[in-house]
Amino acid sequence: MSDTTRPVEATQTQAEPPGASGPGEVSGAEIVLTDVVKRYAGQDAAAVGGLTLTIPAGEIVMFVGPSGCGKTTSLKMINRLIEPTSGTIEIAGKDIRTQSENQLRRQIGYVIQGGSLFPHMTVEKNIAIVPKLLGWDRSRIHDRVTELLDLVGLDPERYRNRHPRELSGGQQQRVGVARGLAADPPVVLMDEPFGAVDPITRQRLQDELLSIQRELHKTIVCVTHDIDEAIKLGDRIVILREGAEVAQYDTPEVVLSAPADDFVADFVGAGSSLKALSLARVEDIELRHPTTAKVGDAVAKVTEQARANGDTAVVVLDDRGRPVGWPWLRQLRGDRIVRPEGELIDVDIRSTLNDALDSMLSSSHGAAVVTGERDQYLGVVDFDAVTTHIRLLEEQRGE
Amino acid sequence: MWNFIHDRRSEIAFNTYQHALLVFYAVVIATILAVVIAVVITRIRGLDVAANQVSAIALTIPSFALVGLLLPVVHLGPTIGLVAVAFYAVWPILRNAVVGLQGVDPILLESARGMGMSEATVLWRVRLPLAWPVILAGIRISTQMSMGIAAIASYALGPGLGTYIFTGLSKGGVAANGLNYTVVAIVGIVVVALIADGLLVLLGRLTVSKGIR
Ligand SMILES: Nc1ncnc2c1ncn2[C@@H]1O[C@H](COP(=O)(O)OP(=O)(O)OP(=O)(O)O)[C@@H](O)[C@H]1O
Ligand SMILES: [Mg+2]
Repeated sequence: MSDTTRPVEATQTQAEPPGASGPGEVSGAEIVLTDVVKRYAGQDAAAVGGLTLTIPAGEIVMFVGPSGCGKTTSLKMINRLIEPTSGTIEIAGKDIRTQSENQLRRQIGYVIQGGSLFPHMTVEKNIAIVPKLLGWDRSRIHDRVTELLDLVGLDPERYRNRHPRELSGGQQQRVGVARGLAADPPVVLMDEPFGAVDPITRQRLQDELLSIQRELHKTIVCVTHDIDEAIKLGDRIVILREGAEVAQYDTPEVVLSAPADDFVADFVGAGSSLKALSLARVEDIELRHPTTAKVGDAVAKVTEQARANGDTAVVVLDDRGRPVGWPWLRQLRGDRIVRPEGELIDVDIRSTLNDALDSMLSSSHGAAVVTGERDQYLGVVDFDAVTTHIRLLEEQRGE
Repeated sequence: MWNFIHDRRSEIAFNTYQHALLVFYAVVIATILAVVIAVVITRIRGLDVAANQVSAIALTIPSFALVGLLLPVVHLGPTIGLVAVAFYAVWPILRNAVVGLQGVDPILLESARGMGMSEATVLWRVRLPLAWPVILAGIRISTQMSMGIAAIASYALGPGLGTYIFTGLSKGGVAANGLNYTVVAIVGIVVVALIADGLLVLLGRLTVSKGIR
């Protein structure tokens, strides 16, 4: 349970002095908005009517709310794409108006829907934009692009010279994220970054963002209109109503279990214990450890062992400890265990229970094999464990 | 016919060269002017509509009238030819440049600014490269159009294949080589036009990003 993106730990991270060493080092900066107002010309009501908010360093803060409530406007005031009518915004204690717009923006990553890559530039050139503006030399830019493509899960040599139209939507979005992180900015702003991709790709991109954030600890402000996305990604959620008025600003757990008012309750919607499933992770649950066998073991011995353990199936591992199949005992034939056909669908220990349930439903075992780093086998998670966990959460909430 | 060409081959070559050069200079000047004007226009709201109207009207001014208009202004012959041809060449390029620059997705522009590009960098690295294929299409139209206008200009003002057309027309009959003059001029202009167009296509190959072709 060392997931530092979860709010409980995140609060501790925040308490650490900036620049603390170790893998959990916070490279983000605190953002403070004080009474920020934006009134567009020719409109009576302010689009943002006095927003005051502190975004802690190294956290992901999600802005959610109905369409037109002022999320995008609030976000763009942080990198001065929109100038506030009044109020102040500080990043790392410094008023953002003390430096030129362009200097400010080069220190803030900006990722928008679809990635918005420049179609006439290659992936490499797209990612290199801000480093180039900052005057980095060629070899440093080259290395950085390699590093970033790796980080977002694209093979650098295969993709660096492609143009955006030669990429899928999900890949374009990955490059968009890489571009936002290019110059290692302390703050990254995202406006519905995963709005333009299909649900499965979106889930994958969200997982990747979380794992990137586990490594980098940026301050990420992310706009979405999808409450589920907010719950999944956010260390904290800001729920806004018309005029960017803060209805509630808290961790996903609190927003789910104790909505501030009817507006929030409505917005969060029904089925909040189901939603809580995307808060909990497989690592929060006790794993079961059924009989395992290695490819090449004697079938007779394995069968005997499984019967002794009361198991009707065994998890087969390869010589490097990675699960390759989960056959029923009656499926075992011949003398030796062979590598089973077909692909085993497993889940990562850091997956949400939501994702784990998906995998369980597609397995005849009503359970899913869990893997850790480098696909090492860790155990099995089943329906019983998940339902027990939900009941536990419900009880805690009831208190 | 063959003898006709053979006897005058250096003169024909010279006139063809002059014709090509006139069009080349005129189109280069027109391109620079048109792109600069288009950049200014697309920054000021309302001006783009005006520009399109002006360009529509300008294209209907007969070239002879223009030459007459310009005579008192510019005194040197070849220069006035260049000015006249460039004047006509500006409009198709201008129209395409305005359309091309306006056609750049505003989301991309915002994204560019959001990353800290200055206005000049946005223009140079985003707007112009993205508008370039459209601008280049305008340059091709202008070049073709200029071939004809350069013929008229050279008749009035100086060297070029245009002189042959009118020599031919005024001489009339076959005996006086009239037809030969006209045919040589027309074939010469067509050949120059084809080569120019081919070169522009090649230029497009070399300068338009593979990502937007
Ligand atoms: N450039 C503009 N000029 C005038 N009004 C604007 C402008 N941009 C936004 N608005 C108005 O300001 C309000 C807030 O807009 P904003 O784009 O911040 O909403 P949003 O929360 O991001 O909505 P969505 O979820 O639809 O993206 C809206 O009422 C919108 O109509
Ligand atoms: Mg928006």
